[in-house]
Amino acid sequence: MLIKRRTFLQAGSLATGSMLVPRFLKAFEQPGTLPVNQKVVVVIQLSGGNDGLNTVVPVRNDVYYSKRPRLGIRKEAALALGDEAGLHPSLGAFRELYDQGNLAILNGVGYPNPDRSHFRSMDIWHSASDSRAYVNTGWLGRYLDAQCKPGDRPVHAMEIDDVLSLALKGERMKGLAFRDPRRLHGSSQEKFFKDINQQSASHSGEKPVDYLYKTLAETMSSADYIFAQSRLRPSSANYPSTGLGQNLKTIASLIFSDITTRVYYVSLGSFDTHFNQEGTQKRLFTELNDAVKAFTEDLKQHNRFDDVLMFTFSEFGRRVAQNASGGTDHGTANNMFFMGGALGQKGLLNELPNLTDLQDGDLKHQVDFRDVYATILHKWLEVDDKKILGKQSAYLNFI
Amino acid sequence: MQSIVKLCGDQIVPLITEQMSMNHASANLLLLSRAGFGPSAEDIRKLGIQSPRITYRNLRKASSAQPEYFKVSSNMLDGLVKGIQDVGKMEQLSKEQRAQIRKQSQQDLKSLNLRWIREMVNSPAQLREKMAFFWHGHFACREINIYFQQHLLDIIRRNALGNFGELLREVSKSASMLSFLNNQQNRKQQPNENFAREVMELFTMGRGNYTEQDIKEAARAFTGWGFNLQGEFVFRKNLHDEGVKTVLGRTGNLNGDDVLNILLEERQTARYLAAKIYRFFVNEKADAAKVQWLAERFYKNKYDISVLLEDIFTSDWFYEDNNLGAKIKSPIELMVGIQRILPMEFEQEEVQLLYQRLLGQVLFYPPNVAGWPGGENWIDSSSLMYRLRLPRVLHDDDHFNAKPKDDDDVAMGERMESSQKPLVKHSKATAKGIMNVDINWMAYVSQFAGVDKTNLPAAIASSLLTVGQVNLDTIHAYTEKDSRENYIRSLTIGLMSLPEYQVS
Repeated sequence: MLIKRRTFLQAGSLATGSMLVPRFLKAFEQPGTLPVNQKVVVVIQLSGGNDGLNTVVPVRNDVYYSKRPRLGIRKEAALALGDEAGLHPSLGAFRELYDQGNLAILNGVGYPNPDRSHFRSMDIWHSASDSRAYVNTGWLGRYLDAQCKPGDRPVHAMEIDDVLSLALKGERMKGLAFRDPRRLHGSSQEKFFKDINQQSASHSGEKPVDYLYKTLAETMSSADYIFAQSRLRPSSANYPSTGLGQNLKTIASLIFSDITTRVYYVSLGSFDTHFNQEGTQKRLFTELNDAVKAFTEDLKQHNRFDDVLMFTFSEFGRRVAQNASGGTDHGTANNMFFMGGALGQKGLLNELPNLTDLQDGDLKHQVDFRDVYATILHKWLEVDDKKILGKQSAYLNFI
Repeated sequence: MQSIVKLCGDQIVPLITEQMSMNHASANLLLLSRAGFGPSAEDIRKLGIQSPRITYRNLRKASSAQPEYFKVSSNMLDGLVKGIQDVGKMEQLSKEQRAQIRKQSQQDLKSLNLRWIREMVNSPAQLREKMAFFWHGHFACREINIYFQQHLLDIIRRNALGNFGELLREVSKSASMLSFLNNQQNRKQQPNENFAREVMELFTMGRGNYTEQDIKEAARAFTGWGFNLQGEFVFRKNLHDEGVKTVLGRTGNLNGDDVLNILLEERQTARYLAAKIYRFFVNEKADAAKVQWLAERFYKNKYDISVLLEDIFTSDWFYEDNNLGAKIKSPIELMVGIQRILPMEFEQEEVQLLYQRLLGQVLFYPPNVAGWPGGENWIDSSSLMYRLRLPRVLHDDDHFNAKPKDDDDVAMGERMESSQKPLVKHSKATAKGIMNVDINWMAYVSQFAGVDKTNLPAAIASSLLTVGQVNLDTIHAYTEKDSRENYIRSLTIGLMSLPEYQVS
């Protein structure tokens, strides 16, 4: 799809014409501005293929213990979720969320003809494509395409990272990746870039160089805006000093501001536990647990927990059987966590995976991950999911 | 400009007008940026005086010799692998040995990456390396076995300018591709369609020009195609389906070679390739009539790749204004292009791999079998800022404080270097420097000897930028005027930091 000339013009004028007005005031004058207390999504990507069976442990399943004589988590050690299941011992905060009705768990999420390469499977999850198709855009990027009006800054979806993921790249619009609002601001506000950005106005054509000038103008304008927003009502809560802890703190500060962002994206990894799974998963889950605990408490404190839907996913789960190196190898279907103050359905949403009905030693998926996306797009972000996913999906009831 | 129009090798060049030289300069810059990785420092003087036809003829001549085989696999790995080959079984290896092989293989793959980058930067065979780079994306393959990858790279470099049919056959029989597309598992009793599907969808005809039934039948024809431990093609007769198959209307006891021949007989294959090559070398927006003309000739010339390129680069329409700046440089093109015109040495060559990751294009790690999507896909807010800052980072005026994403297919469960260490180790001596690059400025600056100071901006701009009435006043504010050399340096870095330098 080509970028409309109009888009260029508006973006250009927006970047240069609004220099003197504080961004947070300017935000309300723009088209596409969303009301305060809008609903947002926070995506936590568990990179590397998290072992779902040691995340939500089937504590009464003999097959589980016989296939994992060394790695299996004992019933007594797991944090009970009813009779059948227990959480990994490092996920205490998730257990609290479960008790409070703020956690939902969906088991056996995957897709047909699963791919066991990290990169390819992540590609499939990001693009929401079939495993036989190659799609160059991501589902959240296409959400931006559908949602954003000409002149909108690319701040409706943000990734807290140095590099933007495929998930946030659309045909026409792309999300914005940054690690720290201050640094983003600092590097884009250099005088050199400001000076060359002055030339943006004359780049209203449709050549590649015009696209670059347009992107530069949007980046600089967004960097300014994000930085101002991040200082509006910064979180003063205590977060762990881990990467994820600090990233969620950045997100909390932005959620408390008046920013128009609807989607935040962070990653944690690597969960690729071919060996020494116990130590690695424990370390990563502790980081996840403590960061999510601080984040949810902060949101509650500010009465914003009902406006936030947080979810986790991984590119695949792992083999049912342990391997000989104290780890597990690449598998297929996996579970997902949903957290928030306004869940429609709580606790375990479906049956634990069947460990006897396997395909090549791996779980068969029960739920297509695109049904999850469709549910979030349709029920939470309230957009036309069919347009974004290119197919009719079945809606789930966790929202 | 007249002052640089002095010498071209040993030739005495007649005095030509400024207008003519500017036209040549822009056409030659376009040609060298598309048919190669951009002008080298020594090319600068020739840009304005040599006709593009001559430039292209020289490019062809320089690419005519057979390329050298890149062998980077380490002796340690060679020994281990030789051991397996003697025994004949992978199973004989201990777990530790297998892990060691995988690790060493990945290390060697980095060496192969850097070896090829050096070739792209330094080789006069620019046309061949550029075309090989196109095939590297066309026959995209993520496979960590270093022997397989060395072999596949050799195939595409040897055949880069040869015959597409030959190239297709060799690639299809390479251990890399057979392994990556699971044809080792394609057996009579249990066909695996992956290989057949991608050969048709991505290597030859493109989607929508065959049926699912054609794929199924073609997959049966490819049953039994595999490779041995040496990475050689083997036809495992007992796994091959000898039954009758029908592919694209041709019926018989077809084998894999028959299917490839059928695909080459289809005019659609020539159209699909001509369109893709046009988008890669000429313009992201394909011109239907020109593509059709190229495709017909490509087919008639029995898929001779050199002739196709000649058709493109000696045409008048290639040099038309609408093709100037029509391509966004890929990260590899950008990084290699800078190194060609500004000869430089890295204190740690490996730092380039981190830049490949940060900018989104790592050789031998395409995103999937469809290759790198290219065009505007390269650009988002953060990648654009890295790209614009790159020249200044190389010049030590700036540094990146950024960490690329981990690639779990590479890390295999180990924490990657990037998550533990900063992007580049700071050496104590250069507290602010992070790239530790030594640019041979003399080799570059001397190209402008004799150019009058007032003409310098135009002369430098015309060897770097294909588009734009660049606002030189803006750049001028950032130049150092204390010496001629510093002026040229700062002007060059400034121009390279413009969005205009990101396109060719």
